[in-house]
Parts: sequence; C-alpha cells; structure tokens
Amino acid sequence: MNFRYSAAVVLALVSAAFALDGQIGIHDPSTVMLCDGKYYTFGTGGSSLVSDDGWTWSRGVAPGRRGMAPDVIHIGDRYYMYVAANIGGQPKAAVNMISNRTLDPDSPEYKWEEGGVVASSDGIEDCNAIDPGVFLDPNDGRLWLVYGSYFGYIRLVELNPRTGKRLNPDDQPRDIAINCEASAIIYRDGWYYLLATHGSCCRGTDSGYNIRVGRSRKVTGPFLDNMGIDMIKGGGKLFLGSSGRVVGPGHFGLLDLEDGVQKFSCHYEADLDRGGASVLDIRPLLWKDGWPVAGENVREGTYEIESVRTGTALELAVEGVPVGGRLRMPGMPGGGSGIFGGTGGIIPPQDVTQVSQNWPAGNIDLRLSNYMLQAQQKWTIAPVADAGGYPGSPYFKITIAGTDRALAATDEAELVAVPAFTGAPEQLWRIEQLTDGAYRIMPKAVPNTREALAISAVGSSFATLARFDPGGDRQRWYLNTP
Amino acid sequence: MKALSVFPTLLIALIAAVMVNFAAVPEPSGRSPENAARGPAPTLTRPATPVKDPDGEGFIRRWLILEPIGANGLTQSVVQAAVRREYFPKQFTIIPRDGEKVQIEGSDLTWHAVDTSLHNINLYHFAYALSKPTSNVLFWAVTVIDCSRELKDVRLAIGSNAASVWWVNGKEVIGIYGDRQSVIDDGVSKRLTLKKGPNVVRCAVVNGGGATDFCARFLDKDDAPVKSFTVNLG
Repeated sequence: MNFRYSAAVVLALVSAAFALDGQIGIHDPSTVMLCDGKYYTFGTGGSSLVSDDGWTWSRGVAPGRRGMAPDVIHIGDRYYMYVAANIGGQPKAAVNMISNRTLDPDSPEYKWEEGGVVASSDGIEDCNAIDPGVFLDPNDGRLWLVYGSYFGYIRLVELNPRTGKRLNPDDQPRDIAINCEASAIIYRDGWYYLLATHGSCCRGTDSGYNIRVGRSRKVTGPFLDNMGIDMIKGGGKLFLGSSGRVVGPGHFGLLDLEDGVQKFSCHYEADLDRGGASVLDIRPLLWKDGWPVAGENVREGTYEIESVRTGTALELAVEGVPVGGRLRMPGMPGGGSGIFGGTGGIIPPQDVTQVSQNWPAGNIDLRLSNYMLQAQQKWTIAPVADAGGYPGSPYFKITIAGTDRALAATDEAELVAVPAFTGAPEQLWRIEQLTDGAYRIMPKAVPNTREALAISAVGSSFATLARFDPGGDRQRWYLNTP
Repeated sequence: MKALSVFPTLLIALIAAVMVNFAAVPEPSGRSPENAARGPAPTLTRPATPVKDPDGEGFIRRWLILEPIGANGLTQSVVQAAVRREYFPKQFTIIPRDGEKVQIEGSDLTWHAVDTSLHNINLYHFAYALSKPTSNVLFWAVTVIDCSRELKDVRLAIGSNAASVWWVNGKEVIGIYGDRQSVIDDGVSKRLTLKKGPNVVRCAVVNGGGATDFCARFLDKDDAPVKSFTVNLG
C-alpha cells in the first residue's frame, strides 16, 4: 500500500478519504473501460492506466494514436476510441477515431485500426474540436459525439454505431453548450444529462476546474440547469468542485457497475497528498431529485451500520449495557435525583474495554437492534493494506470500535464476529455507495460459494448474507456517525 | 395422528363436547385474581380438527401452551438463565397431550392445545381466561409441523411480547430480549432445514407486564412465507 496508509497518516486523519492506489498520474482520462477483467483509461499524450481491480493502477500501453483527452466506448466486439489533436494551433483541431477488438496489449487480437476524422474545427469557426465524449443512447441505439473546448461551442454530431464513424458527414453539428470542455452525455429515467467541465485546467492548485451539469428530455438539448439556465448560455449546476485535499476535478466519465451501483471517473488537477500532481479518481455517482450527485468513497471511521429496511443497527448479539449504567431509581440503594433528573454530570461514551468483559471470548453472532449508542453497536471501518480493492476503494475490515473483533462471513453464508482480524478474504469488505446514497456491504469472499453476496436484513432483528437486490431495501445500509 | 384422521367427525364431536373457550376481556392492571370467572376469548379455541394449516401468510396457528410460570426480568442474561432452569422433566423434548399436567414448585400446571383465529397467539387472553397471572411470567409453548418433503434454507421468523427463546428440533435458533412489542419477523433464525415429517418448534416467552403474545412462521430463501406444512399435535 502506498504512503497514504502509513501509521502516522492514519493516526493523523480522523476520517480519511482514500484516493486510488498505485500509479494514478493522468490528465484528461477517458471513460474507464472494463475489458477481459481489467480496467483501462487513457489520457492526454498517449498516457494510459490499467488495473486488475479498479483500485490499484499501473502504467499501461499507449494507444494507437496519441492525442488529447480521448474517450472510449465498447460497442459489439469493438472498442472505439475518439482522440483529438490540434492541427497547427487551437482552435483548429480534429477528432479521430481508432478502434480495436481488445484493450489488452497482450492479446493476439490487439490491433488499432484507423477510422478517420469524425469532427473538426477550422480554426475560425466558434468551436475547438477537442475533448470528445461518446454516448450510445440506450433508448434507440443511436451513437453521438460531443466535443469542444472553450473557444465557442460544445457541439454534438451523430455517429454510426456499426462503424463508429460519422453517420452523415455533411450534417451540421448542433451547438449545445458554451464556454466549457470535457463534455459527456449520460441518460437516466427519461433525461439526458450533459456534464461538462468549467473553469481552467493545467495550473496545478490554481486550476479552477469544476464539473457542471444540465439536463434535457432530448439528446439534442436544450440542456438546462437547476435554475432553468441553458448551458448554451453558460448554465450548469455544480456537480463536483474542489474539496478536501484535491483541487480541480474535471473530465467526468460514467462507470456503470449495474445492480444500482454507478460510479464516475475524473481527474483532479492537483492532489495535495501527491505533491499537487494530476491524478485519476473513481467515486460513487448518486442521484437526488433527478440530478446526479458526486458521492464519496467510504472514509475510515467509526459508524453505526443502520439497516434501511428496518432502521435497526448491526450489533454483536451480546447483552447491552445502557450508556452510563443502568438507571438507579429514587428510593433504591444508590438512587439519584429521579428518573428524569439525570446524573448531574456528563455521561461519557461507553468504554468498550469495560463492557466487553462479559462478552464471549470466541465467535459472537450478529443481530439487529435499536441503536442505543452502545459499544457492541459501533463499528470501525478501516482500509486493509495490500488486500486489493474494487473501483474506487480498497477492501476494508469492519471491527467493533476499540477491539479487534472483526465482522466475517461464515461457511453457511451467515455473519459472525470473530475474535481477531486475520485478513482472510471472508473478513474483507467491499463497501459501495448506491445511487440513493445508502451502502452495499459485500464480503470479498464467502466460503463454499462463488456467489457475490451482500449483508442483508432479514426481519427486524437479524442480518445475513444474500444476493443483492437493487430493487429493495434488504441489502441497503446507512453508515451513520455515532 | 394419522389414525385420528380416519375419524375426524368423531374427533370433532368429542372435542366440541369438552370445548373450553379462553377469556378475552383484558384486565387493566394485568393481574388476574385466581379462580375468577372469565368470559370466552374470541381468538383462542381448542383444536377442532386433526391438523391445522398455516394461515395465508404462513403463521402457525396451533400450539400447546403451558400455564404460566413466575419469572422476572427481560434482559438477555436473565432470560437465558430462566429458560435454562429445569422446571419439569423433559422440558426441551416433551410433546405433551392437551390437558397433561406438570408440577412446578408444588403447583400443577396444565398444557392446553389452542388454535388462534389470528396470526398470533394472545398469551394475555390465554392466561386471563384461566385466571392465571399475565405479568412477570414465562410461557412454554410447543408445536409440531409436518412437512411433506425436506425444506432446506428456511428460517424461523417470530415476534413476541416480550422476550423469547426458540428451538427447532431441539436446537436453539433465536433469542430476542428486552421489553419489546410483538412484530412479525422480529427475530429470524439462521438458515435451517426442516426434515420430511414432524419437526418440533418450541419457545419460551417471558413477559414483564401488560399485553403478551407471540407469532411464528417460516420463511424460504427468498423471504417468502413457507406454507407447505400442516400442524399436527398428534
């Protein structure tokens, strides 16, 4: 694991977010593609990154054409890459298409084929034909390309989904936005969304890059923001700006993992924890009131794990002790000022070392119960070094706060808390934010099955492992700060 | 029970002749004066058929219930200690007959076979009708479900007011504790297998004060109610 997980850093950060691991330096990354079990993204200047799991990345092989801010789409048996180059000086530019049967350079089928120019700008017209974004409409199978960068308009042209080339080269491009770049179109529930990057790039921590969005009922626009302002007049609802330790997010790319899990890729102009370098990130994509919202990957910390289905909390099946001890009634030995009078002082958080003395030494079953601020209900979620991960995050261990008692999957696909974390696959957890903001929590592996299972509420008071159902609340969990 | 099923009409007539209804009128204090006369309960009756199907949602509607035993406390440790105490011989294995008695601390307590017209068994009605205490008590209940085939990966799902501990074929599978109301599927077991033929479901319900009841059903791997069994108390 990289330096982010040195003991000093972990101790210093009460609630740390985690960027990706490995070699993640890139600028203007393409939409992340999954090909034969590996993830790929391509950036400006022929750069590329590859990952086995979407968490740890390494340098990849340059594609067949080097250029600016490529984008990639997989249709049928081919990967189509659109990559731009200025011809002379901006804004004279062209977008070229190249295609390949695979993105794996080690495959015997790996061979880039030139497809020609699909869009261009002549240096005079109000467009700079770079930063392509390709979109396959799930409603009718039509293929579209948006492109443009600041000088004039963001434009839209139609492509042939069978060839990846321009459908009708003589068709006039449509102007759909202005004064932005790195545009991309996605679709959801009857709306087309145009995400584009505003602000300046390429200035390190002084880069004002931020991603904004408008939506339309038609792929051709108009794309209006939340205030009804057309993006062709400069509108755009903020989707993601600088925050935490990263400056200047740009170049949105959708990564749809299905089953209600969507993510997006972007680059930050400057990651303060990496000396201000431009780096790749993958984050959850949420939806609220018909608008995309940038989620955050799970932060290390201590949480109540609350079932969306029941409103009850995951806990060890041990006898809980009320915070501050059991109420002493007036008139009883040691009784205080009455049941509503309190203690007269501050009641500290429950000391797990004290209350856990009566817990069984071995495995302990899990259950759901009303959250009562008790020690057996507080879970510390922490990344595990060198255990791999999934798009955007490392695997985590989930332990009762202040102890080493770790959540684990059993041979019977049930849950148990084992006395100590060993790093076994059934003790590693994939925690992903769903599009509604709740979380799906899945073990890396379940003994005796290859089926992907998630923590699931059964009834009001029990939790088990079951196949994830994106249409229900059984496998949805909130991570609440206790 | 198969022998009995040959003579269902005769059995019904015999049962009807000795039928005892259970009281329904709640007493605000929750206390029941011994031997007071009580009216019939609208939801609990003596079984009038050889076997009983679960209801449309899979709830088990026929049980044998022992008259209440005094018990105090609803916390996990207290309830666990209470149910592990031996009150009568073969406590965890007995399938009593309706009307069978056990002696506990010098008192004779009787097992009663009951059918409920609801999804739950109202223990308050049960005890009140018998002029037995309803507060600070422990009820033992047992039933036998007859499966026509083996059912794998099912779960017992129960609700109880208040704490309760449950066993299926002698293995403890659920414990829920505290002063809680009865909610369907409140406590759910791990996956288990119901074998072809009779399977014994047993519970101990501990009540503090006020209303007390329980309900139970089995859920399949998709959390749908299991209804492919009958209750047969033999």
